[in-house]
Amino acid sequence: MERRTFLKAAGAATLGASSLSLLKALPASAAPSGVAVVAISETINSLDIHRSGTNRPSYQIAVNCYDRLVAFGTKTMPDGSLSYDYSKIVPDLAASWGPSADGKSLIFKLRDDARFWDGAPVTAADVKWSLDRAVTLGGFPAVQLKAGSLEKTEQFVVIDDLTFRIDLIRESKLTIPDLAVPVPMIINSKLALQHATPDDPWATEYLHRNPAGSGAFKIARWDPGQQIVYERNDAWTSGKLPGVKRVVVREVPSQATNRALVEKGDVQLAFGIPDKDASELAGKPGVKVVSTPIENCMYCIGLNVNFEPLKDVKVRQAIAHAVPYADIFKVAAYNKGAPMWGGPSATPANIAWPQPFPYDTDYDKAKELMAASSMPGGFETTISIDLSQSNWMEPTALLLQEGLAKIGIKTVVDKIPGANWRTASLVEKRLPIHLETFGGWLNYADYYFFWAYVKGHLFNSSNYYNAEIETLVDETLHAETDSPGYEAKIKRMIEIAFHDVPRIPIWQPTLNSAMSTKLAGYEYWFHRQLDVRKFDVS
Amino acid sequence: MGGFVRGRMIARRIIQALPVLFGVVLVTFLLTRALPGDPAAYFAGPAADAKSIAQIRESLGLDRPLPEQFWLYLKDLATGDLGVSISTGQPVMAELARRLPASLELTLGALLISLAIAVPMGVLAATRPGRPIDHFCRILATAGVSLPTFFTGLALLFIFYYLLGWAPAPIGRLDFAYLPPDPVTGFYVIDALLAGDTETAVAAFSQLILPMATLALFTLAPITRMTRGAMLQALGSDFIRTAKAAGLSRRKIIGRYAFQNAMLPVVTTLGMVFSFTLGANVLVEKVFAWPGIGSFAVEALVVSDYAAVQGFVLSMALLFVCLNLAIDILYTLIDPRVSIDG
Repeated sequence: MERRTFLKAAGAATLGASSLSLLKALPASAAPSGVAVVAISETINSLDIHRSGTNRPSYQIAVNCYDRLVAFGTKTMPDGSLSYDYSKIVPDLAASWGPSADGKSLIFKLRDDARFWDGAPVTAADVKWSLDRAVTLGGFPAVQLKAGSLEKTEQFVVIDDLTFRIDLIRESKLTIPDLAVPVPMIINSKLALQHATPDDPWATEYLHRNPAGSGAFKIARWDPGQQIVYERNDAWTSGKLPGVKRVVVREVPSQATNRALVEKGDVQLAFGIPDKDASELAGKPGVKVVSTPIENCMYCIGLNVNFEPLKDVKVRQAIAHAVPYADIFKVAAYNKGAPMWGGPSATPANIAWPQPFPYDTDYDKAKELMAASSMPGGFETTISIDLSQSNWMEPTALLLQEGLAKIGIKTVVDKIPGANWRTASLVEKRLPIHLETFGGWLNYADYYFFWAYVKGHLFNSSNYYNAEIETLVDETLHAETDSPGYEAKIKRMIEIAFHDVPRIPIWQPTLNSAMSTKLAGYEYWFHRQLDVRKFDVS
Repeated sequence: MGGFVRGRMIARRIIQALPVLFGVVLVTFLLTRALPGDPAAYFAGPAADAKSIAQIRESLGLDRPLPEQFWLYLKDLATGDLGVSISTGQPVMAELARRLPASLELTLGALLISLAIAVPMGVLAATRPGRPIDHFCRILATAGVSLPTFFTGLALLFIFYYLLGWAPAPIGRLDFAYLPPDPVTGFYVIDALLAGDTETAVAAFSQLILPMATLALFTLAPITRMTRGAMLQALGSDFIRTAKAAGLSRRKIIGRYAFQNAMLPVVTTLGMVFSFTLGANVLVEKVFAWPGIGSFAVEALVVSDYAAVQGFVLSMALLFVCLNLAIDILYTLIDPRVSIDG
């Protein structure tokens, strides 16, 4: 029995450090070199992103343990931190790709040196099996791939061992980026199929516990509810070998504890910390805080047009003028993020998204609009919030309540438990005034509008319908950004959203992480999960 | 009471517990279904549409009528299958097997400490009413009940980990440098000792100290108060007066006659304290990243994870049936007049 294999691997000097760690004579930054310790506040519930019920923190397994056909590039942000680069698609398992002669397919050439962890070569058959699996198992993976017009198994064709073809349902700018999100990961199909059963042809039970990929890290240990231990795949071929041999991800539910751990140097990274801790930790010695604005995401007030008073655009505009934006931003977001109010003009100057809406706190204007509306005497309604996000939703709702009271709208705050929130707000769409947080993985304004402004779509919790928006979304969703008329159509779309305000944006939130100054290689991703592939500990 | 009689008594109690357990199974099944919220919608994920929600509902078996769901649940239960927790992705049985020992190690450890302090203190306070030790005991008991555990936990962490650096990093049952010992009892300290690995045992114990102290502070209060009260009552009763009149030594009066009689209510309290501590230490578990059963149950309840909630309630019910039995047996040992049949 090798109880201490972990330390042995890291060298003899570590034995002393570990016994000292009991006495805490040394901070645990004296942990074995080449090992990084990360604290996350949520729990990982599966090692397979395709499984139904897999939660968001588990997506990091798909990121760190698997490769895809293509990947997003990396860019350096103004503050020196790393971020994925939406505008750049780089090779991952595919060395090259391009449209077929007739333009109706995409052809991918796989690298011939790519190997799974067990040494088996990565072949087109593995790619097909993996994509088939993602669209067949249903649930979130299928929905995400559908966004890139990847819907049916017939679309995925093996030409030879290293050549793979995707037949397109339509030409869309979303197809290639959608192949770089975590979902279409490439699985070792030969290994997985050994564990498939007639009841479970896609080996969901096996892959749930045993990842079978070609990625930068393997899983050395998974203690559900406690920790994941990543171990570097020294034979990784899809990128520069990570600087750390092992990454220990510990699940520490209490944010206060997380904060103490990173301040004391016992963990190198506290991932995804609240705005409050981020603003207070900044400037502490030895700690670096990185706050990255979350792309294509806004925290909004949703106004449900199924409710009579909110049907009137004047009422909605009045509400947009009665929001105490600056106070909310200060109290609920600790001034972290980008303000989404006080835009300069009712017509957008560019197609940047999200961008500030042309509303500001102005009670006189709000009262004027109310007086001119169908509800001059005001009305009563509810503001619904999600209890599991009460850290920012509760102060926001209370300040909003105060603001609305000034223009004659009486509200009660309705707190909904986390498990019911999705059903009430997104599925049944039955909440009059509520808070909403949608963020699109694919970074285009039309993609956001597709989910949040089109009638019947999941994140359109306002039941908003506008015929022109529906047409504009149809015309732009798959079109290339440099195609004729694209920019004008997006501007028009934003202009309608400005005017109709079924959603009143408050701010664009940030993803905050606090880390030791010794840790390098922290990277922001649209999926907001941990990527350890570029980590290095000095 | 002979071993045979006690054996029969235990068998009868177990048979008596069966209808209780069936009731618990039925009520939790119905209650979890009555909870508002749709687990299928929740677990279908952030971008699911109606079709994928329906798919999940079918795979969870939630599209069938309730009686059928209950029958299937009973059938699984009969084979010892508690189902799979969708929130953690693990079989409920495995989760309970992993988390119950973690909670028990913490709770039992805390109760031992708390007993070791509270009982002598209660006795001292009762024999010296109105004196400084009595006041100190009252202050400690009041502070223990009135300070919420998460506050005590955070305060202890702040002092002993953050400021002084004496305590190890609060990242669960073991520092990441150690591997957990092979499970025998599920208690890391004992398992490591059984495996002869004192280093890991020390490491596991050092992780235990702060959370154990937090819980001990909380449980100190009821036990001290109860010991003090019971002792006062015993000391004031006729048989003690007789013993005094007979000229028995003070040590013998307090130690043997008063203390033994005062133990009955203390044991009762202990049983109650144990049960609520096991459930109430969820906040301590969160602060110290302790992978215990309380946080598991709360998380499961929040997301309407039926199998997990049912498994938790059932295992707790079983635990309490055993606990009550153990306490009843303890009664017969302390006080020969108490009969199980009575």
